[in-house]
Amino acid sequence: MTYNTKNIFKSESRMSTVTDDRYSALEKAIKKLGYEKDSLLEVLHSAQGIFGYLGIDTLKFVAKRLKLPYSKVYGVATFYSNFRLKPKGRHNIVVCSGTACYIKGSEKILQKIEQRYGIKAGETTSDEALSLLTARCVGTCSIAPVIVFDEHIKANVSLENPLCGIEEDIK
Amino acid sequence: MIKAKVRVKNFKIDGICVTGQSNQTILEVARDNGIDIPTLCHLRGLSDVGSCRMCIVEIDGRHEPIPSCTAKIKEGMEVTTSSPKIKAAREMILSMMFSERYHTCSTCVVNGDCQLQSKSVELELSHSFTPYLNQRFEIDASHKNFVNDPNKCILCTRCIRVCDEIEGAHALDLFGRGLGTRVIHDMDEPWADSTSCTSCGKCVYVCPTGALYEKDISEEEIIKKREIVTELVKNRGQK
Amino acid sequence: MITSIEELQELADKKKAQNATNPREITIDMTSDFYTKQKRIVLENEGIIDPEDIEDYIAHGGYMSLFKALDEMSPKDVIEELKTSGLRGRGGGGYPAGLKWESVSKVQSEQKYIICNGDEGDPGAFMDRAVMESDPHRVLEGMAIAGFACGADKGYIYIRAEYPVAVKRLTRAIKQATRLGILGANIAQSGFGFSIEIRLGAGAFVCGEGTALIASIEGGRGHPRQKPPHLSDHGLWGMPTILNNVETFANIAPIIKNGGEWFKSIGTENSSGTKVFALSGLIKNTGLVEVPMGTTLRELVYDIGGGVEDGRKFKAIQSGGPSGGCIPEHLLDLKVDYESLKEVDSIMGSGGLIVMDDSSNMVEIARFFMDFCANESCGKCTPCRVGTTQLTGLLDKFIAKEASHQDFDLLKKMCEVVKSTSLCGLGQTAPNPVLSTIKYFEDEYLAGIKND
Repeated sequence: MTYNTKNIFKSESRMSTVTDDRYSALEKAIKKLGYEKDSLLEVLHSAQGIFGYLGIDTLKFVAKRLKLPYSKVYGVATFYSNFRLKPKGRHNIVVCSGTACYIKGSEKILQKIEQRYGIKAGETTSDEALSLLTARCVGTCSIAPVIVFDEHIKANVSLENPLCGIEEDIK
Repeated sequence: MIKAKVRVKNFKIDGICVTGQSNQTILEVARDNGIDIPTLCHLRGLSDVGSCRMCIVEIDGRHEPIPSCTAKIKEGMEVTTSSPKIKAAREMILSMMFSERYHTCSTCVVNGDCQLQSKSVELELSHSFTPYLNQRFEIDASHKNFVNDPNKCILCTRCIRVCDEIEGAHALDLFGRGLGTRVIHDMDEPWADSTSCTSCGKCVYVCPTGALYEKDISEEEIIKKREIVTELVKNRGQK
Repeated sequence: MITSIEELQELADKKKAQNATNPREITIDMTSDFYTKQKRIVLENEGIIDPEDIEDYIAHGGYMSLFKALDEMSPKDVIEELKTSGLRGRGGGGYPAGLKWESVSKVQSEQKYIICNGDEGDPGAFMDRAVMESDPHRVLEGMAIAGFACGADKGYIYIRAEYPVAVKRLTRAIKQATRLGILGANIAQSGFGFSIEIRLGAGAFVCGEGTALIASIEGGRGHPRQKPPHLSDHGLWGMPTILNNVETFANIAPIIKNGGEWFKSIGTENSSGTKVFALSGLIKNTGLVEVPMGTTLRELVYDIGGGVEDGRKFKAIQSGGPSGGCIPEHLLDLKVDYESLKEVDSIMGSGGLIVMDDSSNMVEIARFFMDFCANESCGKCTPCRVGTTQLTGLLDKFIAKEASHQDFDLLKKMCEVVKSTSLCGLGQTAPNPVLSTIKYFEDEYLAGIKND
């Protein structure tokens, strides 16, 4: 099945020609979850996995398919830190700021990275190369301080040179 | 149809013996008996959330106070509606509400008809003593009849509940979490662009402060018909 | 398909023989002080078995307890065994698990649920992660036994999204167990059926709280609600629900295998069994440490932890995460259990233990935790939503040495109000680090007051 996203918002009952494969993938995921209203969080995770972020069009699509009010879906999407409503960069760094990492100087690491790229935590560089985030604890406290670069955990990060070994990959 | 027998329970509020139906809350029974407990997020006719914490009461045997709007009555319980500890807590909570956002009564359109204001008169709170947070939010005046001013909002969620439970439109919900939480329409769109709002105005009626108000009415003319929802629910035969 | 305890034993023996010819390489030094001083029950399989192979779990005695319960015990027997054991909830609440299960088992309902709380949001805690990643079947077995004892046929594991490996391993474990007939309908021909699903968190610490977790599983914002009614009466979708932590469930299989009396014989009078602590911070040996309740903090910090790193001086140890308190040096001989930690104004919490040295500023530590609570506050109730931010601001004044005596009074008063009037545990325990550091390190606060 394929979707013309414009038609979806005009009439609920008719789904016609394909223009975006990602919406078919999302439809499949929603179908697998049985179109249950309760599965909203799982659906949003799937949508974010497919699209990279939760844009307004995607959220409205989800609301229509699950027959939920727009404001409810938006309320859930904005409550949880993991859901991104803006596109992320090609690479991302998550600086863990949990207690153990904090004691070991994670604030200094964050400052250094913010200075180097000119963005604050939660932002993406203008060339979309890098998104910088913080997390409250990634659960690897014994190798603190920790940063996560593109899903890989970097242990015992140097406070002086936190980007050692990864700076060259950020482009 | 066989009606289930409703059981009654006897208990005490401030030393006074009262009786209520088994599924009633402490607040309902108190009000039925003329015992006043201050509330803000409660509105008879809507579901109770226990979020403003104004209606807290002490119960014998419990270490910490609990909200009376959500607590169901129990046989023989002893409730105290006010004590120095509770009074101090209520004052601080009201103080927090004032210092959280931007409330200036003298320039507010509901000055004189505001429940946050009347609560502070009731509790004799002369000034807010908690640190001011100086948050500023954008006002949405796009709708032809109504204005949404988050600077006056105390997040009581009456508007969300009335839109969901009574009107059935669920046009309103909350954005974000914590201090930056806002009441929004649809996907945080201007009110005028909302495809869910029916413009019934119930949210404006129930809002305790000037966060939601009607345009083009002066301060002297504004009357918030908050009880209209309570009447509506009663006349429908519910609650 | 395994349909009887004999078939299970057969598979176990077969795999054991296989393992003997091809032993798994253990890369950690189990003879070091770090390990020999521990008593590993919950973590007994960590690093020893292959978490992605159900047969390896079975070869090490896995699922024997479930089959034993179904074969030889009644639901009431299981609950009695649990009550005898004295197991208390390991998520932090410390409520007796046996009583919780008993109250749910007594409720008449067509549908009941078992939920495993894998949200582990406490910064500094990674115990549950280790169990879910290294021994996922242990969790499933505990949940199935709970279902049998309480009359529930459906379980959910709520895992935080920050643990993708745990999600992967538990998903695989459920598939494997279902394929062998150990989960699903009519397990071991007993008539009892139990199935488990995974639900993902999405980055909200407040969802570690029971009612908020349930709101999240129901597809909504993670707002807690007022209790009573308790989850045992009105939980997931309004049905009676058991909500226990990963570590609690991981203790169930050994208790059924060895008996409640055996478990009670370990630990202290009011807290039986072992506890997994996550030892981290400014200490030589960091990692997960499982010791019997009643072990002293001194043993944890020095004998197992190796003492403070870089030769610095010990200052305090923080327990219980953002809900807990800081324990100073003169209390190091404290025998760790639920009650003793409460007596020093801290809590067991999930088991995170952060060591601080003389370079740590206690007011900054308190501010760190308050700021955390402010960011994670769901926003529903006024005292937590507003109070946590205002308290963070006040603490900033002390750190900048610009506070006044009135600020100190206000700080203490606000902590009391937030603690007693917040709707849920997050707000109620947010002031704990502040109150605890004021009690034991008041001089650091007084140093923050500007001299007039």
